Amino acid sequence: MTEEDGGDGEENKDVEARWWPPEAADGGRLGEGPSGSGAGGGGGGGVLADAPPPFSDQVLENVLENVLQFLGCRRDRNAASLVCRSWYRAEALTRSELFVGNCYAVSPARALGRFRRARALVLKGRPRFADFNLIPIDWGALFSPWLTAMVVTHPWLERVCLKRMTVSDDDLALLARSFPSFRDLTLICCDGFGTPGLAAFAEHCRNLRVLDLIENDLEDEVDEDVADWISRFPETITCLESLSFECVDFPVNFAALEALVARSPSLRRLRVNQHVSLGQLRRLIARAPHLTHLGTGSFRLELVPGGAGDLNAADLEAAFLASNSLICLSGFREIAPEYLPAIYPVCVNLVSLNLSYAVITAEQLRPVILQCHNLQTFWVLDTVGDEGLRAVAKTCKNLHELRVFPFDATEESEGSVSDIGLVAISGGCRKLHSILYFCQRMTNAAVLTMSKNCQDLVVFRLCIMGRHRPDHVTGESMDEGFGAIVMNCKKLTRLAVSGLLTDKVFEYIANYGKSVRTLSVAFAGNSDLSLKYVLEGCHNLQKLEIRDSPFGDAGLLSGIHHYYNMRFLWMSSCKLSLGGCNEVARRLPHLVVEVIGNFPNELDSDTVHKLYLYRSLEGPRDDAPPYVRTL
Amino acid sequence: MEDLTSREDACPQLLDLIPNERYWLMVQDAGGGRGSRGIGRLDASEEKKLELRLGLPGEVEEERKPSVLSLGFFSKTPKTTSINPCHGAKRGVFEEVESNSEGSQQQQEEGGFFQLQSRAVSEKKWSLKTYQQQSLEREEAHVAPGNPTGPSTNSQTRTTSLPVVGWPPIRSFRKNLASSSVKQSVEHENGNIEAKAKAENNNKGWLVKINMDGIPIGRKVDLKACDSYEKLSLAVQDLFLGLLEAQKDTCASAPRKDEEAKQAFTGLLDGSGEYTLVYEDNEGDRMLVGDVPWEMFLSTVKRLRVLKSSDLSALRLGAVCRKRAATDC
Repeated sequence: MTEEDGGDGEENKDVEARWWPPEAADGGRLGEGPSGSGAGGGGGGGVLADAPPPFSDQVLENVLENVLQFLGCRRDRNAASLVCRSWYRAEALTRSELFVGNCYAVSPARALGRFRRARALVLKGRPRFADFNLIPIDWGALFSPWLTAMVVTHPWLERVCLKRMTVSDDDLALLARSFPSFRDLTLICCDGFGTPGLAAFAEHCRNLRVLDLIENDLEDEVDEDVADWISRFPETITCLESLSFECVDFPVNFAALEALVARSPSLRRLRVNQHVSLGQLRRLIARAPHLTHLGTGSFRLELVPGGAGDLNAADLEAAFLASNSLICLSGFREIAPEYLPAIYPVCVNLVSLNLSYAVITAEQLRPVILQCHNLQTFWVLDTVGDEGLRAVAKTCKNLHELRVFPFDATEESEGSVSDIGLVAISGGCRKLHSILYFCQRMTNAAVLTMSKNCQDLVVFRLCIMGRHRPDHVTGESMDEGFGAIVMNCKKLTRLAVSGLLTDKVFEYIANYGKSVRTLSVAFAGNSDLSLKYVLEGCHNLQKLEIRDSPFGDAGLLSGIHHYYNMRFLWMSSCKLSLGGCNEVARRLPHLVVEVIGNFPNELDSDTVHKLYLYRSLEGPRDDAPPYVRTL
Repeated sequence: MEDLTSREDACPQLLDLIPNERYWLMVQDAGGGRGSRGIGRLDASEEKKLELRLGLPGEVEEERKPSVLSLGFFSKTPKTTSINPCHGAKRGVFEEVESNSEGSQQQQEEGGFFQLQSRAVSEKKWSLKTYQQQSLEREEAHVAPGNPTGPSTNSQTRTTSLPVVGWPPIRSFRKNLASSSVKQSVEHENGNIEAKAKAENNNKGWLVKINMDGIPIGRKVDLKACDSYEKLSLAVQDLFLGLLEAQKDTCASAPRKDEEAKQAFTGLLDGSGEYTLVYEDNEGDRMLVGDVPWEMFLSTVKRLRVLKSSDLSALRLGAVCRKRAATDC
C-alpha cells in the first residue's frame, strides 16, 4: 500500500496526498473515506510521525483541538482533517464517535489507531440485501475482531451501535465486562446472539443506560435454554434510559420486568415484545409515567381460560391519560382494535406512530389519526387502504416520513393501496421528506403529482410488488414517474425504483439525480446502457444495489472511474461474467471484488451470480467463507 | 404445444390457470432464510423454466417464440427472458381474461396445461445441482438482449407465478402477518389458548434451524416449502450438500464428490443411511423425524438436527423413554 512507503518516522510532506488515485477524485467525496473519516493523509497512524511538533505548532494544535471538539458532523470532520497535518492530528484526537460504514473497508487496528480517543463506535456490516436472504448466513461481518481490539486500545468506550453484524453471546459478555464506562448498546438487524448473551450483558454492564435491540435475528433456543435475561439486571436502582426488545421473541419474566421498570427512574423509552399483554402494559405505564417512547407489545389481552381478559378499556385509557410525555408509540403487534381508542389521550402529542404491525382498517384508523396533528413519522400497514391514507393526508400536515408496508407481501396479492393513496398523501403532506410505499397498482401521474407537491423529498422508495408492472392506467412503463421525481425533487439522496422500467429511467436519474447517494434497482432496465448512465452521471452515488436486471460486463466496466468513491456495489442475478469482474479487480487494486456463490463449485463457472465490491484499505478479508471468492 | 399459438384468445386463459395452480409452488418467498440457498435458487430457476411467454397477435415471428413453446422440453436451452420487462397492456389482457374464464376451449387447454405440468414435474427431480441443472441455471441468469425496437412496442406477456428469493423486499418478520392474523381471528372466536400457542408458532413463520453433525455452520429450512417428509429430506440434502463437499477431501474430482456426498443423504428418514434426521419438539425432546403425521410434526417441531446414524441409537432410546414417562403421568 502506497501510504506505508512513508516509513514510520518519516515526515512525508506528501502524506496528505489523496489516498484515492487521482482519477477517482471526480465525485468530490474524498471526505467519505472508507472509515467514513478522512480519506486524505494516508490511513495509518504509523505514517504520521509521533515526533512532537515544535512549540508554536503545539499551541496551535491545542487551540485547534478545543475548537474542533465542537464539530459534530462526520462529513465536516472529514473535510477538516484534510486541511493539513495539524488539523488531521487535532481532528483525530477530538473525534469522539467513529463511524465505519463498511466494517471491511478498514481494519480495526487502523481505525482505532487513528482515533485514539473515540468513545463511541458505529459499525455497519452486511449489505442491505442481506435482509432479504440474498446473502448466505455465514458471509461475515463479525464484531469480534473490533471488540478484541477495543478492549486493548479503548478502555473508555461508552457506546456501540452495530448494524447488520454478527455478534456472539461471548461478544456481549466480553463487551459488558471490559469497559467500565460502557453505557449504550444499539443492535440493528444483527444476528448471532441469543438470550444467554443478553443475560450476561445485563448482569455485568453496571452503568447501562441504553439497550436497544431493533429488528435483530436472535438465535432460536430450545425452551429450556432461553435465559431470563430481564432478571439479570442489577438489583439496585439503575440508570436505564432506554430499553427496547421488540425483536426478542421469547416470553419475558413479567414480574422481573415490572420490578426493573420500577427501579429505573430515568427510563424514558421502553419498547417491549409481543409477549407482554395489555394488562401488563398498563402496569408498566403506571410504573413509568414519564415515558416518552413506548412500544406497546401485543396490545391485546392475555387469553385466560374462560375468556375473561384482565383489563377493561377505561383503566387502559386512564393509564395513557397519565402518560402525558409520550411522543412515540409503536408495537401493536397483535392488536385488539377495540382497545385502540385508549391511546386517544396521547395522540395530539405524538410525533411518531408505528402501526406497521397492526391489522386495522381505515375505519379503525381514522379516529386515531384525525387527532395526530403533530405527527411527523407514521408507519402503517396497507390494510388501511387509500381511504386510510386520505385520513392521514387530511390531518398530518407536518408529516415527514411515511412508510406503508404490505399486509400480504407476495407478488400476486391484491394490494390495498394504490396511486390514489399516493396522490392523497402528496396533497396533504407537503413537507414529506421520506416515503416507502408498497403497492400493486401505480401510475406515472400519481408519482408525478407527488414529485410536484413534495419537493422536499429526500428519500423516495416505491415498491410495486408485482414485477415489471406498468402504469395500470396507461400501460406504459414507469419511466416518466420516476423521471419526474429526480427532476423535481432536488434534494433527493435515496431512490428505490420498481415496476416496468426501461433504460430511459436511468437516463433520467443520471441527468437529474445528481444528489442521489443510494440507489436500489430490481427487475429493471433493458441493457448495459442503464448501468452506464448511472455510473457516469450520478457523481454522488455511493451505494448501488441491483438485482435481476440485464446488466453485464460493459455496464460494470463503465464505473471503473467511480468505484473508489462508492461505499459498495451489489449486483445479483444480472448478466455479469467472471471476465468482467476480474477486469475490475485488476484495474482497481484497492477494491475488494467478491463473487458469491451458493456452493463453492459455483464459483468456477463463468457466470457471476452475486457480486459485491467495495473499497478497502486492507485488501481481501481473511474471514470469507468458501462461498465467497475475492478476485 | 403448437396448438397454443393458433388460439390466441385461448392462450391467456392458459396463463390464467398457472397462478392458481399451486402444484409447483414448492417454496414460498425467501426459501427458508439465508441458509437454504439451494431451495431458493432451485425455485428461481424452476420458475424461469416454467414461465410462459406469449406475444400478441401478429408477433408470431418473435425470436423468443420457440423458446416459449419449448419450455416444457428441457433439452432445449431457452434463453428465458424472465427479466425482460413486459411492455404494453399485458396486465390489461390478464384482467380481461380472468373475467371470462369459461370458454369452450378451456377443456383442451387444461389438457395442454397438464401436459406442460407433467413435463415440469418429471424434470423436477430434486436431484441436487447436477451439472445439467447448473448449466440451465447459468442460462437462466443470462437474460436475452434488450428489445431493440423500443420499450413500448414490445408486447411480450409474462406470468410470474413462482416467487423469487427476497422479493418483495420485506424482512422476514413482517412476512408472516397474513397467516398469523388469520389465526388470531380464530382465537378471538373461541378464546382458545392452544390456538394462540399455534399462532405464536406461526408468527415465526416456518423457518427452523437445522444443524448437522460435523458442520459448524447452522442453516435454516423453510418447512412451509416442504409439504412432506420426502421434500424435507431433499431440502436438507440441498442445504448441506455443499457444506459437506467443502469439508471433504478436495482432491476428489467434482462429479465424484457429488456422488459421494449425495450418498450421505440417502436414508435420512429411515435410519438406513449415514445420517439421520431428528428434531426437537416444543417440549425439548428429541424425536426421529417421520414418526408422526406431517401436520403434527409441523406444529411441534422447534429445530432439526442431522445426526450420524451411529450416534442415533443412544439418543433414540432416550427420547422414547422420556415420551413414555410423560404419557404415564
